[in-house]
Amino acid sequence: MSKISKDILLCGVGGQGTVLASKLIAAAAMLEGNTVHSAETIGMAQRGGSVTSHVRIGDRAFSPLIPGGSADLMLAFEPAEAVRNLGYLKQDGAVIVNSVTVKPVTESLADTGYDGKKELEYLKKKCGCVIVVDASELCREFGSSKFFNTAILGVAVGTGKTGLDRNSVLSEIENRVPERFREVNKKAFLKGERIGEEYAVK
Amino acid sequence: MKKEYVMGNSAIALGALAAGVNLVSGYPGTPSSEIIETVAKYKNGDVHLEWSVNEKAALEVAAGAAYAGARAMVTMKQVGLNVASDPLMSLAYVGVKGGLVIVAADDPGPISSQTEQDTRMFAEFARIPVFDPSSPEEAYIMIRDAFDYSEKYRTPVLFRPTTRVCHAYASIEREEDPVPKKYEGFIKDSKKWVIFPRLSFMNHEMIEKRNPMIGDDFSGYHLNTVTGSGKKAIFASGISYAYVKEYLQDRDDVILCKISTPYPFPEKLALSVLEKAEEVLCAEELSPYIETQLQRLAGIHRLPVRILGKTTGNGRLSGENSADWAAETVGEFLGDEPKPKTDLSDMPPLPVRPPVLCAGCPHRASFYAVKKAMAGRKAYFCGDIGCYTLGNAMPLDMTDTCLCMGAGITMAQGFNHMDKDAVSFAFVGDSTFFASGMTGTVNAVYNEADMILCVLDNSTTAMTGHQPHPGTGRNMMGDIIEKIDIVKILEGIGVKKIVTVNPFDLESAVGAVRDCADIPGVKAIIFKAPCIALTKPTQKMEITDRCIKCKKCIKEIGCPAITVSEGRVVIDTTLCTGCGLCSKICPVNAIGGEC
Repeated sequence: MSKISKDILLCGVGGQGTVLASKLIAAAAMLEGNTVHSAETIGMAQRGGSVTSHVRIGDRAFSPLIPGGSADLMLAFEPAEAVRNLGYLKQDGAVIVNSVTVKPVTESLADTGYDGKKELEYLKKKCGCVIVVDASELCREFGSSKFFNTAILGVAVGTGKTGLDRNSVLSEIENRVPERFREVNKKAFLKGERIGEEYAVK
Repeated sequence: MKKEYVMGNSAIALGALAAGVNLVSGYPGTPSSEIIETVAKYKNGDVHLEWSVNEKAALEVAAGAAYAGARAMVTMKQVGLNVASDPLMSLAYVGVKGGLVIVAADDPGPISSQTEQDTRMFAEFARIPVFDPSSPEEAYIMIRDAFDYSEKYRTPVLFRPTTRVCHAYASIEREEDPVPKKYEGFIKDSKKWVIFPRLSFMNHEMIEKRNPMIGDDFSGYHLNTVTGSGKKAIFASGISYAYVKEYLQDRDDVILCKISTPYPFPEKLALSVLEKAEEVLCAEELSPYIETQLQRLAGIHRLPVRILGKTTGNGRLSGENSADWAAETVGEFLGDEPKPKTDLSDMPPLPVRPPVLCAGCPHRASFYAVKKAMAGRKAYFCGDIGCYTLGNAMPLDMTDTCLCMGAGITMAQGFNHMDKDAVSFAFVGDSTFFASGMTGTVNAVYNEADMILCVLDNSTTAMTGHQPHPGTGRNMMGDIIEKIDIVKILEGIGVKKIVTVNPFDLESAVGAVRDCADIPGVKAIIFKAPCIALTKPTQKMEITDRCIKCKKCIKEIGCPAITVSEGRVVIDTTLCTGCGLCSKICPVNAIGGEC
């Protein structure tokens, strides 16, 4: 029997590293003895399209995809993607969102002034718990926003909303991240975790 | 047994290995590609594994193995089955000795495909059994059953997972160190293995008598299940079963019948439900297959049951189902109160994100070179299946047609025969060229078409996840082989003008296109540069203060690494690979690179 029951949705743009973050959550949850199901976007949409990863922890999940209005937590790697997937979130669910936008080519061509601000406002209007993180600021010391995936995972674990033990996540980073990126990913996770902890206290 | 967290496709691969498969062949295609990749990772040396040149070849290779008594599996996406349909239809008549399972993955949505065809219908058309798993866990078990049924009835069988099963992850208990089947070898018997009208006539009758027996057998199949009770029943198959189960959870005031073997239809099992129920809902994707079977049964047996589904407006005519679809449709069917939803009708308009060619993709440079060379001239651009289909997106807008694998080459000929004033182009990737471009090129030379064949050679099968092909010098047995040279093939076919260019050498590439445009006959330009996803970035481009914000770089090539931020044109260094195409377009030389 699973110890916890959580539906976690990760969303972003192809290439942002949502897959690694979802694999780490799934692996850590299994390490703690839970049943896990998950699903990823694969194929054409990975080329700069909107992507989602659904992680379902617990014994009651039959569908690999989270039903609408059921996600306990959303890790959004991009503001517009957070809004796009808001229908998955529970009424009292929490959102951790990156404030840095990824502008599609269509946007650069038409230049409608998309900057993510309206999207963040909308999230705050609709959800009780929105944690906004600036990926470029958070990842500056690591030299690349590519480490944002482990950082946002750190924020999530820090808030306590994943139900996961930090040590299981850290041990899965150890197992799954190639050696040359391991230390920096751990640092990113720990930095994110400190941010998350502030919200846990509140 | 070892517990492992795997994708549905990997579960299929591991299940086949556990069933003692001796040979696996296939052609890449989303959502099926990871099956063969998983076999490669786990197989022992005795299993022959190959990416075949196309699905028809893959099935024929597997048929040979099955004639010898070995167990063989073929993998492809649903449209691949169209390519393999020639051997499949005949093979259904001839039959097999060793188990032969054809995995054809359907793609409701469609998420990454040209069509929403339903392989269950194909099974009925070919008169062979089909298995339809509802989860990765079930797929692991069911693929072994598929081999057993194939051998029991000496027929090829279809196995059709859908995208959501193929790409879902779950834990399975896999058998460690499975041993491939011991097989007898091919026993010659031309009365049995050579298809002639007489054999087809006899076997056709045998098949028509046999299939209802398989249907009866399937009525007792352990993965066709009936649970619950009441006057209402839901028939579900594949992932739709999972969605319905997600909604119902432990509820048992409704009958839930899972159909895992849609053809030959398990009539006895279905009748046992239809006789009890007053109202039935069908939860299935793509065609109303189960629904039609139930309508037929109710008609034959004059049952007063009301059958709801796609044909009665209670199911989606296209696209995939979802847990939300099930909650809404099943909820309404059972008369449940709908669950309150957060109102999101005031959502701000969101940027759309159509898939695009990656930053630094050589295809962008190739398309741009052709576009520049043909500016002001009438030209047709016939595209094909692969990453380069994305050449249709603005601002490149360089794909006028896309139909099916290899069709660009032959369609360009049709355009040319109907309009001699225009220059007809066909764009084809290297893997697609091998899969189904060669015969089209022979056709062009033989029938004297005037056309330019642009082979976008990035030395891999990029869209489906970088599988090797005959031009890469590697195969799935891990051997290094001599690369099959596209230029030599074209020379052999008789293409007189063949130029190889690096698309990032924009000037030479444009020149090559211009040179070819006015020569009669078939000309070929090989745009050769490796897939950027497999190459390390060489440098990062930077936009200097000289930028006059004309945005020509954005408007001409649409690279996802170039964006406008606070009125300035900027290059996202995490995406930029330093291909330098933008620097060749900038009218004021404001874009430079640094190593």
